[in-house]
Amino acid sequence: MPLILNEEQEMLKESARGFLEEKAPVSALRKLRDERSEEGFSRALWKEMAEMGWAGILVEEAHGGSGFGFVGAGVLAEEMGRTLTASPFLSTSILAATALNKYASEAAKDEYLPKIASADVVIALAVDESRKHGPANIAMKAEKSGNGFRLSGAKTFVADGHVADKIIVAARTAGAAGEEGGISLFLVDMKAKGVSRERTIMVDSRNAARVNFDNVAVTGEDLIGEIDNGYMALDGVLSAGRAGLAAELSGSAQQAFEMTTRYLKERTQFGKVIGSFQALQHRAAHLYCEIELVKSVTLKALQDLDNAFGMASVTCALAKAKAGEVAKLASQEAVQMHGGIGMTDEYDIGLFMKRIRVAQEMFGDNAYHADRIARLRGY
Amino acid sequence: MTDLEAFQKDVRGWLDANCPKEMRDGAGGEENICWGGRRWKFKSEAQKIWLERMAAKGWTVPAWPKEYGGGGLSKDEVKILKDELRKMKMRSPLESFGIWMLGPALLKYGTHEQKAMFLPPIARGEIRWCQGYSEPNAGSDLASLQTKCEDKGDHWLVNGQKIWTSYADESDWIFVLVRTDPKAAKHDGISFILIDMTAKGVSTKPIKLISGKSPFCETFFDDVKVPKEHGPGINAIVGTMNRGWDVAKYLLTHEREMIGAGGGGLMGGRGIGEMAAQQVGLDDRGRLADPMLRAKVAQAEVDGWAFLLTMERLKDESKAGQGMGAKSSMLKYYGTEFNKRRFELFMDASGSEALEWEGERTEDGKLAKGWLRTKANSIEGGTSEVQLNIISKRILELPDA
Repeated sequence: MPLILNEEQEMLKESARGFLEEKAPVSALRKLRDERSEEGFSRALWKEMAEMGWAGILVEEAHGGSGFGFVGAGVLAEEMGRTLTASPFLSTSILAATALNKYASEAAKDEYLPKIASADVVIALAVDESRKHGPANIAMKAEKSGNGFRLSGAKTFVADGHVADKIIVAARTAGAAGEEGGISLFLVDMKAKGVSRERTIMVDSRNAARVNFDNVAVTGEDLIGEIDNGYMALDGVLSAGRAGLAAELSGSAQQAFEMTTRYLKERTQFGKVIGSFQALQHRAAHLYCEIELVKSVTLKALQDLDNAFGMASVTCALAKAKAGEVAKLASQEAVQMHGGIGMTDEYDIGLFMKRIRVAQEMFGDNAYHADRIARLRGY
Repeated sequence: MTDLEAFQKDVRGWLDANCPKEMRDGAGGEENICWGGRRWKFKSEAQKIWLERMAAKGWTVPAWPKEYGGGGLSKDEVKILKDELRKMKMRSPLESFGIWMLGPALLKYGTHEQKAMFLPPIARGEIRWCQGYSEPNAGSDLASLQTKCEDKGDHWLVNGQKIWTSYADESDWIFVLVRTDPKAAKHDGISFILIDMTAKGVSTKPIKLISGKSPFCETFFDDVKVPKEHGPGINAIVGTMNRGWDVAKYLLTHEREMIGAGGGGLMGGRGIGEMAAQQVGLDDRGRLADPMLRAKVAQAEVDGWAFLLTMERLKDESKAGQGMGAKSSMLKYYGTEFNKRRFELFMDASGSEALEWEGERTEDGKLAKGWLRTKANSIEGGTSEVQLNIISKRILELPDA
């Protein structure tokens, strides 16, 4: 399969850019932040996105979605990365939709997929319990109780956790922290007895939460995937999330880079446009090459998810590793090359640095994924 | 069956019937290449037969027009031929600078008479060409070249020195960038001229590199008389007089794409991690026993993989009609810098054992020589810094200083 977008995907990209630049530019995120918005995103905008088929981008038409697949989802994520658009797209449209599509019962699909596509539900994914990503390190307990289970433990860095209606929780039905076996996934209602949440205001002004589970009752029907064997399903869902984040990071990096080269052509010092200085030209040209590499790995990961979902884990790791590192470099170079103005809150470039820092941390940073790749390659 | 499928079937049948079995070992490597030329000594009868048969078919240069010794094949047909050769592990029948560089230049800028005289002997492997571009004082600033070419009525008089001429000491003819108008601005007074190396006053001297023996030479021109016409109506100068820079630029882009497409030696090479694991060993958790080295290797493999995918993407974009243009500079820059990084890691992993310069254990310092040779990757064909300049100006459109 050629490593390029097809015509339909190109058109989606174009219309996404037009829509986002008009309806959800960076200033929209700034406004949500400055107004200390309770929800941290615009419900009206999210509804509009649903009408265009974005919320249900991974939901098949039979369930009311647009069924564009992962490359389509990545195209949208990349464009949202350019505008830093805050929405439940990653949590609900990528992570939850993938979990339901690939691993849930028909009944659960019938119930939730149409609601995802129509933006009538926000579903978050809760994995991490400590400061660094590591799905095998899950310690949260799901103890057998009658016909069901009782969940107890605490989750952190849950994207859209504070506005979610439902939450997919990875908990341990067997084994011990550090083991891949023994993990199971449950779909839990956020209003269930024993669930409490704390909104965590993050550096990127986007939504996240810490969520506590105190003896929360779930039944076998709430299970997504197999009991004790949820690690593979979790990895599949996380792979989709990693590719989505890589696409978002790619968009943010491209945008920050374009803002920077534009600035290099405008700003004058020593009587010359600073973009004429070779010291800056070579740094910009190197960064250009790195960003081109990110575009390639990201598209490859998304295509693999569409064509061979079960085999895509490693290219998704590659994409996340490379995109995270390069986007960080892009934001650092952007601030440095902008000089003093790049340090001001008024100028947008800092918002890119903040979002990139968060997105590259989520679901594994460069070191986490480079280590995984090394292990997979036998060293 | 489509036309292409029928073509594939024919190709497979013909290759199988005509390729000698000694040529089916998939051997690449310098020592197995057939370069051709007047002084070429075939390594085996099979090598000779293989070249003759392929040349008769026009398949040493399958994309060139038939009238100039080529196969007249379409892009898709060329791809099928190459795929079949690779699948059946057949050696390339002929490689040369004539095929890679002069041929494309003549096809684009040459006259019919020039093509008719020079292309068929290249296709048949009878004449071996080399490239006279760089000079001792014209490296990155190639356009400042000073080799003089004066109009003496019925002939040109050439004086000067070229350097880094690959295989000059084994070649028959040389295509040279010379200054035909010393008063013009530096890009405007250059011409692209073809010179028979048996002409009086042409001499060569091999250059030994830090990595040992090399194909590079110095080439000297002392009062070399070059006829204005190499035959009736066959101009010695290719393209327009004083517009040789256009030809040079075209070939440089072509060369960068080729270096890029080779991935700076990445294709088919051994993984860095695999090599390091063999040299350093694994700990009881199955990880490379040197954790600091492991981290560097893993980062390099991430970048190397990302680069391979980028070559794939650019090729696909190119096929879809978006062209590669100045992006060839990105491939050249990133691929060669990566290859240097790769060999540094090979050397780190191999430690003192790889430092033995002579002896059977290291095959006379094979890895060390390879490592040293990679240092030229980011210099030859335009330095990394020149590539970054090109990216800055042509892609990012940053202003001149």
